[in-house]
Amino acid sequence: MSESSKREPSTRNLSSRNLSRRKLITTGLAATASVAGLGVATRLAQKYGLIPPDHGGFYGLGETLTYASQRLLTRHSLAREFSRSQISERPFPNELEPPTDEFKRLQAGGFADWRLSISGLVARPASLSMDQLKSYPSHSQITMIQCEEGWSYIAEWIGVPLSQVLQAVEVLPQARYVVYFSIEPDWWESVDMADALHPQTFLTYGMNGGELPVGHGGPLRLRVPRQVGYKNVKFITHLTVTDSLKKFGKGVGGASPEGGYAWYAGI
Amino acid sequence: MPHGRAPWYHSGVSDSACIPSAAAAVPTAASSAAPATTGSPRHSALVRITHWITTLCFFALLVSGIEILISHPRFYWGETGNDLTTPLFKLPIPASRSLVPTGYGYTLPDQNGWSRYLHFQSAWLLVFTGLLYVAFSLLNGHLRNNLLPGKADLSWRAVSRSIASHLHFRRPIAAEAWSYNVLQRLSYLFVIFVLFPLVIWTGLAMSPAFVSAFPATVNVLGGQQSARTLHFFVSLALVLFLLIHVVMIFLAGFWTRMRAMITGRMITGRAGTPKEGA
Repeated sequence: MSESSKREPSTRNLSSRNLSRRKLITTGLAATASVAGLGVATRLAQKYGLIPPDHGGFYGLGETLTYASQRLLTRHSLAREFSRSQISERPFPNELEPPTDEFKRLQAGGFADWRLSISGLVARPASLSMDQLKSYPSHSQITMIQCEEGWSYIAEWIGVPLSQVLQAVEVLPQARYVVYFSIEPDWWESVDMADALHPQTFLTYGMNGGELPVGHGGPLRLRVPRQVGYKNVKFITHLTVTDSLKKFGKGVGGASPEGGYAWYAGI
Repeated sequence: MPHGRAPWYHSGVSDSACIPSAAAAVPTAASSAAPATTGSPRHSALVRITHWITTLCFFALLVSGIEILISHPRFYWGETGNDLTTPLFKLPIPASRSLVPTGYGYTLPDQNGWSRYLHFQSAWLLVFTGLLYVAFSLLNGHLRNNLLPGKADLSWRAVSRSIASHLHFRRPIAAEAWSYNVLQRLSYLFVIFVLFPLVIWTGLAMSPAFVSAFPATVNVLGGQQSARTLHFFVSLALVLFLLIHVVMIFLAGFWTRMRAMITGRMITGRAGTPKEGA
């Protein structure tokens, strides 16, 4: 220390110039490495499906971190299941828009004519009646549905895992998302294949031992128990398998993302 | 003069000796007669940068958290709760959803979309900043030297003297401009190693996807609604800390403390001269 302070001014200038050059080179190398690293990370993330459709914009980075980390941690994990005694006595059905005439017509017929059409990247597009859906082995799960607002309830959900129906129509290998639509206008969402093929993702037609009440999405609701309420669209009539969400609406994969909410709602 | 005597009445070698860590950390600070800026910064660049990023994130989390909260200002204990069940307690405020029975005849606008985006984005930035801060504090001795109280500081006499001094709103002694006093150290440690980890934990415990992989994070808290209620109380504790922190800054001298945390520089002479006002 004392040695360096005794240096001649010229020597000090030289050493500081050396230092700054070294700093410059180090900074340059670090910057290049960071950019290269970021490029590689982006390519890898794209390859493994870790980038959500709403990755652009101010919140894109945080959203990508959330989606990517939760995908890496939770790809095969199961939503918590509860005992029968934990089923909520008073499940809250939430607010609904007044039903459309089409819905009222089907409801008057006891939903006997309700159909679910399946299109897109599948070998055999189909249109299934409720009876056809119920002919698949029925499954049930006692899971929580939680709204992004903060409230929640636990119910037994009865239905057919979406994966079984997707298996029957033979999803093509380039499939990346399943987009699902309500009979009600402008009500649609999408999930990636990890959630679409997840064993707890149900086409749900029953609740707590009975039919699924209309207030809770009857006759057919998609249950995605590892995501919050708004991904669990009520009154499903159509789903389509796709390799890109750009073709749908504004390209961010659902009515909620178009309304300013995150596409991925695992948190 | 707030107490009818010189603000730096406490400064001087004998008084500083009561605060060993303060005197030990920066020996020159006790003899504060020299009105000079010293070479080394009061706060390292890392402390300053992480402090202000944390401040920014905290405000973003607070505002977005309040927005999310007003969509359902009711709290429950256990796994579940909704408008049809009895709350543990509710906040006497209007809600941004029409079905919440608040007693108000109007509904606030829904701000949850951007609030949730901002909440999680700020949380990520805060976590990375916090990890950086803790890692460097462990490595460069900041934690050991500046945050962990010395043995002598933890004596009952030293702590009670510090509490009494705070309760009397006494302006800090000059040495404290250079080193945290024992209450400061304890509260900063509590915030960094108890409140922040708790608020992150209770936050993650509300995520249906996260708890599918790590169910214990929510189960040990007693359920998802318990996690939400705890998240609210830990956030309140952080807001309380913030309020006290800001009040202390004003008591200690707003501009000197702000300058120290922004530029790192500390002018010891200005208010530190023992003769001033005497």
